[in-house]
Amino acid sequence: MIRVELPFHLRTLAGVTGEITLEIEGPATQRSVLDALEARFPMLRGTIRDHMTFRRRPFVRFFACQRDYSHEPPDSPLPDEIASGAEPFLVVGAIAGG
Amino acid sequence: MSSVRVLVGTKKGAFILTSDASRKKWEVSGPHFAGWEIYHAKGSPVDPKRIYVSQTSGWFGQIIQRSSDGGKTWEQPGTPPGEPMTTPEGFPKGESNKFVYDTSPATGKPLTTHQFYDGTQHPWEFKRVWHLEPSLVDPDAVYAGVEDAAIFRTTDGAKTWHELSGLRGHGTGPQWQPGAGGMGLHTIVQDAKNPQRLTIAISAAGVFRTDDGGKTWAPKNRGLTSKYIPDPNVEVGFCVHRLASHPSRPSTVFMQLHWNVCRSDDAGDNWRNVSGNLPSDFGFPIAVHAHQPETIYVLPILSDSLHYPPEGKLRVYRSRVGGNEWEPLTNGLPQKDCYVNVLRGAMSVDTLDPCGIYFGTTGGQVYGSSDSGDTWAPIVRDLPAVLSVEAQALP
Repeated sequence: MIRVELPFHLRTLAGVTGEITLEIEGPATQRSVLDALEARFPMLRGTIRDHMTFRRRPFVRFFACQRDYSHEPPDSPLPDEIASGAEPFLVVGAIAGG
Repeated sequence: MSSVRVLVGTKKGAFILTSDASRKKWEVSGPHFAGWEIYHAKGSPVDPKRIYVSQTSGWFGQIIQRSSDGGKTWEQPGTPPGEPMTTPEGFPKGESNKFVYDTSPATGKPLTTHQFYDGTQHPWEFKRVWHLEPSLVDPDAVYAGVEDAAIFRTTDGAKTWHELSGLRGHGTGPQWQPGAGGMGLHTIVQDAKNPQRLTIAISAAGVFRTDDGGKTWAPKNRGLTSKYIPDPNVEVGFCVHRLASHPSRPSTVFMQLHWNVCRSDDAGDNWRNVSGNLPSDFGFPIAVHAHQPETIYVLPILSDSLHYPPEGKLRVYRSRVGGNEWEPLTNGLPQKDCYVNVLRGAMSVDTLDPCGIYFGTTGGQVYGSSDSGDTWAPIVRDLPAVLSVEAQALP
């Protein structure tokens, strides 16, 4: 089980209020997590990755286990804590400050 | 008993204002899609309960929303149960947000770059939908004007969109360049008597028209002038701010140009300046009275560097003779210390009698008049900055 945390506006768009849990077959990677997310919530297509290139949108960032995965290759394995559901995969709107 | 619905797009969500035909007491619902920029919301002339909305964000991109019950509930076309849009593998597509420029070898191959602010060539990049124009005859058909400038069409209720690439491809595309707000296709005017004819405007390229349903297009900027464009015969480059036309006289088109208010009586083939006695001929919106095709409205703004009304007085100007002779309409509008702007999509008329007219400001006020502009009153005062206003008269 993979846990995914979305920013406020994407939670609203997807009609969810908290974390999302996904089942993924095979290794947990950015691509496999986002593929599963978009398959379950098609309204999110194009909001995190470009429709055609599947590149991350410029103002969206990915974090996992307190590390920035935004610039990692999409097929690189995510940490075991993400794959096991111990830690959430964070999709974050890029905003300076906090 | 008829009624009115006014769709208001703001920097932080959509609002729906409703009233009976007296247009004295208003109900406000919203924010819908709170926190998102709503560039435009417009109802279908065929089915007023069908409303299309452009919801957009610099972070998360473009969303299209649709309502089939007058704005009570919303859905992204193609995603709700019962409206299956799936790949051959069975995955939902989520195509309603997908605006992809035509790059096919047959029609889209040469459509690669436009002129950037600095004069260099720049690739076309989709940013957002500025304008949604539902068809006059089919509630499932809508045109979309987008930034970077192009026109798209859906014929399946916004589940999928396809570019009418003849516009970008007609030849002058590499000369188009963005206005201060971006290179947006912001106005789409349908010809009520000729369904094959569309007239559109782009900042800062100008006016273009198709007479074959969008296959081929031609620039229609003859007679326009700009002090920054010394060549009087140039085909494109004009920062047209808005077009408006009366359905009964589609060949007469009115324009708020960057500077100058203009009109054409041959569907855009030739334009002439009708700014006349306006205190400033800079501005953004222009509208035509619903029942008087020669009565038009503009809202003068001081200059291209000072986007607020002259003298701090918010004045709509009305011409009853199609331009040149203008009268200020001030009753009920602030006449001192007013420094708001009114954007190009933020003025609209209803079709009741007498005609209602509405506009929204960057200060969050929406003003309405139920007597063709003679008197005004604020409907709401404290919304986020208003991007668009569309009025619907309901049976």
